[in-house]
Amino acid sequence: MEGLLPDLDVVRKDFPILSRVLADGRPLVYLDSANTSQKPQVVIDTMVDHLERHNANIARAMHQLGAEATAAYEDARDKVAAFLGAPDRDEVIFAKNATEALNLTANTLVWPGERQVGPGDEIVITEMEHHSNIVPWQLLCERTGATLRWFGVTDDGHLDLAHIDDLITERTKVVSLVWVSNMLGTVNPVNEIARRAHEVGALVVVDASQAAPQLPIDLASMPDEERPDLLAFTGHKVVGPTGVGVLWGRRSVLDQLPPFLGGGEMIETVTMERSTYAPVPHKFEAGTPPIVEAIGLGAAVDYLSVLGMEHVHRHEQTITAYALTGLQTVPGLRVLGPLDAAARGGAISFEIPGVHPHDVSTVLDTRGIAVRAGHHCAKPAHQRFGVQSSTRMSSYLYTTPAEIDALVEGLEYTRSYFGLD
Amino acid sequence: MSTDLDALYQEIILDHYKNPHHQGLREPFESEVHHVNPTCGDEVTLRVHLSDGPDGLRVDDVSYDALGCSISQASASVLTDLVIGRPVDDAMRIHDEFLTLMQGKGRVEPDEEVLEDGIAFAGVAKFPARIKCALLSWMAWKDATTTAQASPAGSTRPVEPVETKETR
Repeated sequence: MEGLLPDLDVVRKDFPILSRVLADGRPLVYLDSANTSQKPQVVIDTMVDHLERHNANIARAMHQLGAEATAAYEDARDKVAAFLGAPDRDEVIFAKNATEALNLTANTLVWPGERQVGPGDEIVITEMEHHSNIVPWQLLCERTGATLRWFGVTDDGHLDLAHIDDLITERTKVVSLVWVSNMLGTVNPVNEIARRAHEVGALVVVDASQAAPQLPIDLASMPDEERPDLLAFTGHKVVGPTGVGVLWGRRSVLDQLPPFLGGGEMIETVTMERSTYAPVPHKFEAGTPPIVEAIGLGAAVDYLSVLGMEHVHRHEQTITAYALTGLQTVPGLRVLGPLDAAARGGAISFEIPGVHPHDVSTVLDTRGIAVRAGHHCAKPAHQRFGVQSSTRMSSYLYTTPAEIDALVEGLEYTRSYFGLD
Repeated sequence: MSTDLDALYQEIILDHYKNPHHQGLREPFESEVHHVNPTCGDEVTLRVHLSDGPDGLRVDDVSYDALGCSISQASASVLTDLVIGRPVDDAMRIHDEFLTLMQGKGRVEPDEEVLEDGIAFAGVAKFPARIKCALLSWMAWKDATTTAQASPAGSTRPVEPVETKETR
């Protein structure tokens, strides 16, 4: 099939878990990568090697191991900066996950400072956000008296930009949106929205949790007015470990924001009366960070860079197109989101009238096929399409067309099991 | 065809799913609760109507409106069959027995005398992700009943719906 990753069989061998055989002797068909991706051996080995040979706390241990650990941690920051094409490596902040990165952003806008949000100000999000890019902004609005507004979603699963100029106004202080939807798969026009937001002086925050795994990102090459001000993603969806996420921010903006968590490492000096703070990135990295996780993430983004994100992206689009075709052969199945593979990411949510997503996923599970069922932490987006929950398949760089065939067969079996034929 | 799958989706469960008993919200009621399974979004609104009987409080009616999978829908249906018309104390014992079965990891032998159609859920205990589905309406019923018991005796005045959260 044209467009798949070169040497897909070899690539799959990098992921030990993919050779697992589940109950009933069925091979694992892992189609839940938007939930979390699987890990290549090099990530596992890098983390084990660090723990076996170099473990020490960073930036405060004066001994040789401390120096090695610090170097490895900061090296991971360089790798992430390169992966994003960040203009400045100090703009990369390690957090616990994308949720924490987004909460850091929303929280620091509550406190007094050059970017403080107040009554009368407006925050604009979208109806297709993950809860982690809704709730922090609701909290901010409750705490500041600002107003939350949002872009609606069209019937075909795109953002409704018809009223963009009414929505993003002089009152708008923040526009926060998802780059690639975790539910609908939609790829949003970040450039167009950022351009409009910057015209009114608003901050642009991008949730790149599903974009970072799939799209080549080169922040430095984006026109300044289209480049986000802050961007969050999580390690575990880009073949890295859990426990580490990234907040990238323009240095000028990060310098304007007050600290988030207070503690060790984020200070310059501390007296009993007051403290002064370290420059970025350390200003936002209080306490012992997720050291081995960050180092694992460095190995993960290196792995993706070696494969080439443009190849990974092409593979995703090829598999997604194949899956969209296959899924639509299942009688009654309705895909929620765009049907054009070129305009979407690799997460495809769907419903089969007459069978609840829970029941779909349980039947598939007994055939070794792992998908997600539920609201995927995007309840408003589900409400928009009049469904309470959906089943979601999500592919990644290691997904094969044969696995999509297994899913389609499994769905046909599910229909017959529940007496729909 | 998988044996585990057939153990989960017993005919009894699929029958209750397709033809649920005592469905719908009815009056009178002393308490109404709304429970949600936050991981999947399944929801149930459930009302209880109690009255004084010779053996203490009696469950006169349990009515509900549920959105969810076959397991959660069938479980609500079986629950109403088991508790309506019984003294609250007996119904609570049935609740406890069902809870024990669900938390038994498939090692608890269900007592058909007590659980009747509820024994069909024995297979659910082997699917950790689905146990919450089976328990959703039972937890709602217990919550609603406890609330109703705390309200003035003999009062049929509906109390404010209580929104409760399940822990993940």
